[in-house]
Order: sequence, then C-alpha cells, then structure tokens
Amino acid sequence: MNPARKRTVRLVVALSAAVLLASALIYTSFSAASPALTPTQLVHEAQPGRSYELTGTVVKGSVHREGNVLDFAVADRVGGTSVPLSYTGVVPDPFREGREVIVNVEKQGDRYIGENNSLITKCPSKYKTAPPSENQNA
Amino acid sequence: MAGLGFACLVLALVVCVYGIGASLYGVRSGRPEYSESGRRSVYALAGVLSVAMLVLEIAFLGNDFAFNTVADTSSRTTPELYRAAAVWSSQEGSLLLWAWLMSLWSSLALFLTRRRLRDVAAYATAILLGFGGFFVALMVFYANPFATTHPAPPEGVGLDPLLRFPTMMIHPPMLYSGYTLCTIPFAFGMGALLARRVDADWIKAIRRFAFAAWLFLGIGILLGALWSYSELGWGGYWGWDAVENASLMPWLTGTAFLHSLMIQEKRGMLKVWNVSLVLATGTLAIMGTFLVRSGILDSIHAFGGHTLGVPFVCLIALMITGSIYLVVSRREMLRSEHRLDSLLSRESIFLANNLVLVGLCFVILWGTYFPLISEALTGQEASVGPPWFDRYTVPLALILVLLSGIGPVIAWRRATFANARRNFLAPLACGLLALAGLEIAGVTQKPLALVMFCFAAFVFGSVGQEFFRGTRARRAMASEPLPLALLSLVRRNRRRYGGYIVHIGIAVLFVGVAASSSFQHASQLSLRPGQSTRVGAYEIRYVRPTVTITPRYDEAHTGSTVSFGGLLDVTKNGHHVATLNPSEGFYASEEASQGSVGSLIGGQPVSHVAMDASLTRNVWTAIEPDIETPSLKRIITAGNNTLPPSEALVAIAYLARAYLQHPPPTQFNFLVSPLVFWIWIGGLIAGGGGLIAMWPAGGWAAYLVRRRVAVRSRARALRGLARA
Repeated sequence: MNPARKRTVRLVVALSAAVLLASALIYTSFSAASPALTPTQLVHEAQPGRSYELTGTVVKGSVHREGNVLDFAVADRVGGTSVPLSYTGVVPDPFREGREVIVNVEKQGDRYIGENNSLITKCPSKYKTAPPSENQNA
Repeated sequence: MAGLGFACLVLALVVCVYGIGASLYGVRSGRPEYSESGRRSVYALAGVLSVAMLVLEIAFLGNDFAFNTVADTSSRTTPELYRAAAVWSSQEGSLLLWAWLMSLWSSLALFLTRRRLRDVAAYATAILLGFGGFFVALMVFYANPFATTHPAPPEGVGLDPLLRFPTMMIHPPMLYSGYTLCTIPFAFGMGALLARRVDADWIKAIRRFAFAAWLFLGIGILLGALWSYSELGWGGYWGWDAVENASLMPWLTGTAFLHSLMIQEKRGMLKVWNVSLVLATGTLAIMGTFLVRSGILDSIHAFGGHTLGVPFVCLIALMITGSIYLVVSRREMLRSEHRLDSLLSRESIFLANNLVLVGLCFVILWGTYFPLISEALTGQEASVGPPWFDRYTVPLALILVLLSGIGPVIAWRRATFANARRNFLAPLACGLLALAGLEIAGVTQKPLALVMFCFAAFVFGSVGQEFFRGTRARRAMASEPLPLALLSLVRRNRRRYGGYIVHIGIAVLFVGVAASSSFQHASQLSLRPGQSTRVGAYEIRYVRPTVTITPRYDEAHTGSTVSFGGLLDVTKNGHHVATLNPSEGFYASEEASQGSVGSLIGGQPVSHVAMDASLTRNVWTAIEPDIETPSLKRIITAGNNTLPPSEALVAIAYLARAYLQHPPPTQFNFLVSPLVFWIWIGGLIAGGGGLIAMWPAGGWAAYLVRRRVAVRSRARALRGLARA
C-alpha cells in the first residue's frame, strides 16, 4: 500500500471511530437524560419508574422533617399545581420555603420520591432572586 | 466618586476604540508608530481600569451605600476582609474584575513581546482591546458598577454568607486570571493567522501565557473544589455543575495545547491542530464567562440575571466564525513539515493524549449544554446527571493517567523493542507491584479504582525512573552530591522536569479522587445527645449541643448572629480520635417582615463543617440544627411581639438556653473519605511543577545578568562605532 493511501485509510478509520463514539455519546445522553418539568407538567406527564427533573418553588408551610425524610411540596413559579414529595439526603443550606429548587423525582404509585442527594437550591442569594425566565414553561 | 468611576469606564471605552483603530491602521499601512501607540493604549486601559477598580474598592471598604452594588452585596456587619472581596460578588463588579485582570495580563504579554512579532502583536493588540472594549461596553451600557441611588440607604443587605469564606478572596481572581489569560494565546493565534506568520515564533511568545492560564485556571478550579468540600454542607468537591464544567473545559484544551505545542516546536507538525486548540481554548473561556454571567443554564452558582445573554452570544459567534474562517483560509500555510513516523512514538502518544483531552472536553461540553441542545432538538428541556458524566469521564481519565506515564519514557519518532524494554520495565514493575500489594491488602471490590491505583503507580515508576537516570547522569558528569545533582537537573531542564512533576501531581490527585469516591462511607441521620452511630470504622457520638452567640465576632469572623452546633466525639476501636464541633451559622436578614427577633437570624443559614483531616482519611461532619421546632419557634414569636429591635438580642440568649436545655433531635451528615487529602496535595505538586516549568529560564538573577551583558555589549559596539 502506498503511503498516501495508507494515510487515507488511517484517517477514515480514525474518523469513523470518532463518529461511532460521538453517536454513542449522543444516544446515551438522550436516553439517560431527565426531562425538566414544572409541577403542572409532572402531574400530567409523569410515568412511574422514570426520573424527572422537577423545577419549582417550595410551598410555604409544606416543609416537615420526619427523621431522615424531608417532606415538602413544590409548586409552579406562578402558583397553581403543587407536587408533594419525600426526599432523603443532603439539604443545601439555602433551602427554604419559597425558594426555587431543582430536584430529581420519580413517581412511585401516586407518590413522588426525591432522588437521594439530588436537591439543588437554585438561587443562593437571599436578597436578589433571579427574575423568572421567559421560557419557564419550555 | 461614582462619577469618577463611570468616567474611567467611558475613557476606557474610548481608549479601546482608539487602540483598535491605531493598531490595525499601523499594521495595515506599515506604520509601526501607530501599532506602537495601539500597544500603549493597552497600558492606558490597564491604568484607567485600575483607577476604576480602586474607586469601587474604596466604596466597598468605606460602606458607601450610595453605590447600588455596595448596598446590594455589602453591609456594616460584613467583616472588612469580606467587604473587600464583595467587590466581585455582584454581576457588575465581576465584569470590572474581568476587564481589569484582562488589561493587566494583556499589558504584560504585549510588554514582553514589544521587540518581537511586530505584525502578530499588532493584530493581537486589536483583538485584546476588542475583548476589553466588549466588557467595558457591557458595564457602560448594561451593568454599571458605579450606578448610585440618592439618598443612600443607611445600611446594605450584606454579602451572602455562603460567600464568607477565605477562599472568596482568591478563588474568583484566580479563575478570572485563568479565563483572561486564555484570551492572550487566542489573540496571538488569531494575530499569527491574520499576519500570515504561522511559524513557531508566536507559539514561543505565548507559551508562558498558555502555561499561566493553565496554572491559574487549575488553581481556581481546585480552590473551588476545596471551598465546596469544606464549606458547603454536602461534602463533595465536584458535582458536574454547569459552572464547574465551564472552567474545566478550557483547562482541558489548554492542557492538550501545552503538550502538542512541543510537537510543533520539535518537529513542525500539528500546526492546524495547535492553532485550533488555542482558538478553542480562548472561545471556551469566553463561553465559560458567558455561562456564568448569563444564568442560561441551571446551576448552583446562580449569579446573575438573564440580561447579558445576547451580547455574549454575538461575541462567541464572532469568535467561532472568525476562527474557522481563518484556519480554513490559511490551511496551506499550516501544512506539517513532517509526517508521523510510527504509531509507537512520543508524537503519537502526545496525539493520543490530545485526542483524549479533547474527547473529554467534548463529553463535558455536550453534557453541560445538553439542556439547550435537547430543547432545540426535541422541544423538551432535559438534563444529564453526574452518572452520565462519570460513565465517560472515568474511562477517559484512566487512559489519560496511563498516557501520562507512557509519554515521558517513550522515544521520539520511533520506539524500538530495545527502547521499550529499557524504559518500560521499571514502570511496569511498579504498576504490577501495586496490583499485587492491593490484592493482598484486599482492595479489590472496586475494579476501576484498582486500575487507577495501578496506573498511578506506573506513572510514579516512569517519572521516578526519568529523575533517577537524569540525576545519575549529572552525578557522573559533574560529580555533584545527590541533592545538588537533582536540583541542577531540574534547573537546567525546567520545562521537562517541571512537566514530569505535574504528571506526578495529577496522578496523586487522581488517586485521591478514586479512593475518596470509591471507598467513602457516608451517613445521614438524626441523633439525640448521647446517641451514637457507626460510619466506616469510626464511632461518632453526639455528646451535647453547643451555641455560640456572636453578633459581630464569631470564630471564623463571618458575622453570623448565632450558631447552633453539636459536640461530637469520634472514636475508633474504643480509642479517642477527635472531638469535632460542626455548627450552622444563622445570619441577620434585612427583611423587617420577619420581626425584630426573626430578622436577626432569618437570613441565609450556612454550615460550618468540622473535620478531622489526616493523610490517610478525613472524618467530615456537618449539622443541620432545626430551629423551627415548636419550643424554639415559641420564643421567636414571643420576642417578635414584645421586643424592639434594639433589645432583640435578649431573645437570642433565651433561644440558646432552650436549645441547650432541651435539644431537639438533630440532623447530622457524616462522611469518612480515605485519601481525600491527597487531592489537595496532588494539586499542590502539580501547581509547583507548573511553576517550575513556566519559570523564566535561569530565573531573575540570570535575566539581570543577561541584560547587563546586553547593555555592556551595546555600549561597546557604540564605542566601536564612535571610534570608527
């Protein structure tokens, strides 16, 4: 095989390997991703056994701790539907009633369970809450 | 004062516009005096922005609440140290910090290249001033740090307590230095393409800055990880958060560049690749700034509003299209002077390392921006979590560590069997020895961690062998004693041996990561005083509750009103190990609606983690005291109803007594992580190696000697001329 041809072959092999790896990456990212939903969407769309990323605000007066389990409800930013859930794991310092949180949840029966250690409080600044984004229902 | 600050910004914008015009005109029309003037504009920009920074800093230290940024992020109760750092806690202030650091680093880069690379530097000047102008314009038109309100509020809202941690002083400036330093190789790379001067000269000129960018970004990332581990109540150091990823990506491409540039210097190969890496690193740095500043992706670091998205998207689009256009249009000039001789050679190992690093960067890029990608493609926003990242990054990190052991010992051009046997026997033996040792010790449950330990041992073997051989050769040559031989070996080949030290550091760091993530024991539970629990080999007993009332001067001097904690006794096999006192600090809020007592503690609570660190393991504890229990809540409500704000502190004393006398069951978070300390040690080693590698050859003393010699020879030449 002449050197030029050898190089082409090598390039083709390398490129196809890269393409294969990239498509594996892309495929798994779509299958492993948790859709980001608001409480209203979650109530309508959630299927048992699948993980969803729930974004909303913690409902005032809904936070109760029972041993290791933290129960609270998450509502749409503009009010309306709220989803009660049970969560175990680390609670970030800024977690408060009325704060915006992101938590991965799974539907089990008619209950929602927060995945261990998945709770994120979105805005760590106590005074400047981030303005609600325009595409919040996207 | 605010007027002066804003005038500085306007002046800075004028300077940028003038400087861009002057340097472009100078290089286009062949009139170097104009390019020279453009370069001086960068110095002027640095001067003007320094004044602006000083004005803002004075306003913060002097509690000038007429400044909106001061009123929003500082207060009289914020300790002085943190007031000084609060400058960059706001959107506006951090834009100023960015522009200021960029102007300083650019001045340094352009000063050092003032006698070289005329055309390239002129274009680079224009591009750097373009970045400067962009950030200054953002401040002038969108986010003015010098905006004021009259009359000034009597008190500010205070720095977010989460940010009251010593690292706040250095983590943001380090990261920003890293980001801004990334723009310097970008500017010179673009300059080289524009000026059609794509030899290795421009690479030599910016090599040190690429190194500095790599070092500062790395230090910034590690400090962020350390901050997260020792301050936030979750006990992790890395969470694949969008903002963390944003800083890691340019660091990865920068690391790739620092390796592949050696191939261009030595063999004249990989020119397209190198210039692409430089351009990608600069673009990723700006994308990182954009991601942080625009709030476009969900992150635990929710810094800003959503106002700065559009200008940044325009800038990034311009950088990407400009880069692609220039690389494609200059591709003929960027042809390699040589071909790869063999797949078993140092060149191809470097190439493999580059591919892995870029692959890693692509994985992280995809995962980080996946919410946007998914929304664009399917209309449904979705995100991938840490398990997805781990699935790809763990194997890639393993390959990377292995390559970092092969690279130093494989021959350039073509490795032969004899060469391989000579160089690989000892490192391989080290790896196998580690495997055998770990098997005997019974550390086999986690195969991936086991592989990482063996690969790390391989790296120690291969780098150790290089040091051993080099030192032996020096001793034979100069008959120096061992320590001196080692020292002069490193001094004479700073880049090479500094780089090897970085490899050691990274391997040590990954050992820490692998051990602490694979063999960690964690426990989250609720305890009453007297109760105990077992975490790994340790017994942790909740002895009694503790309270510190410290309106101004708490232990860490962060300005919390009161902290509730718990005294923990840690024992192992009945032997006392440590007494720890984790607590949670409660801070005052400015919300009057919380009542006179409620507002004293109604702000952000912040964990004060307590840990017992040693080289082998780290016992980490955090507490979440529940001040919402009825007995405590009653006191707050009663105080709110009866006490005026001036006497509200009395209720805090009652609160403390009630907490101590009738402690509610309290939530604890315990972690026992083996070898986690080695992450920081590895980082220090890598940082030290990086410093050695980028230190000017011969150091300052040698520089001064060289200079004196140059001055003398010039004087001699002048005398000769005069005589003639």
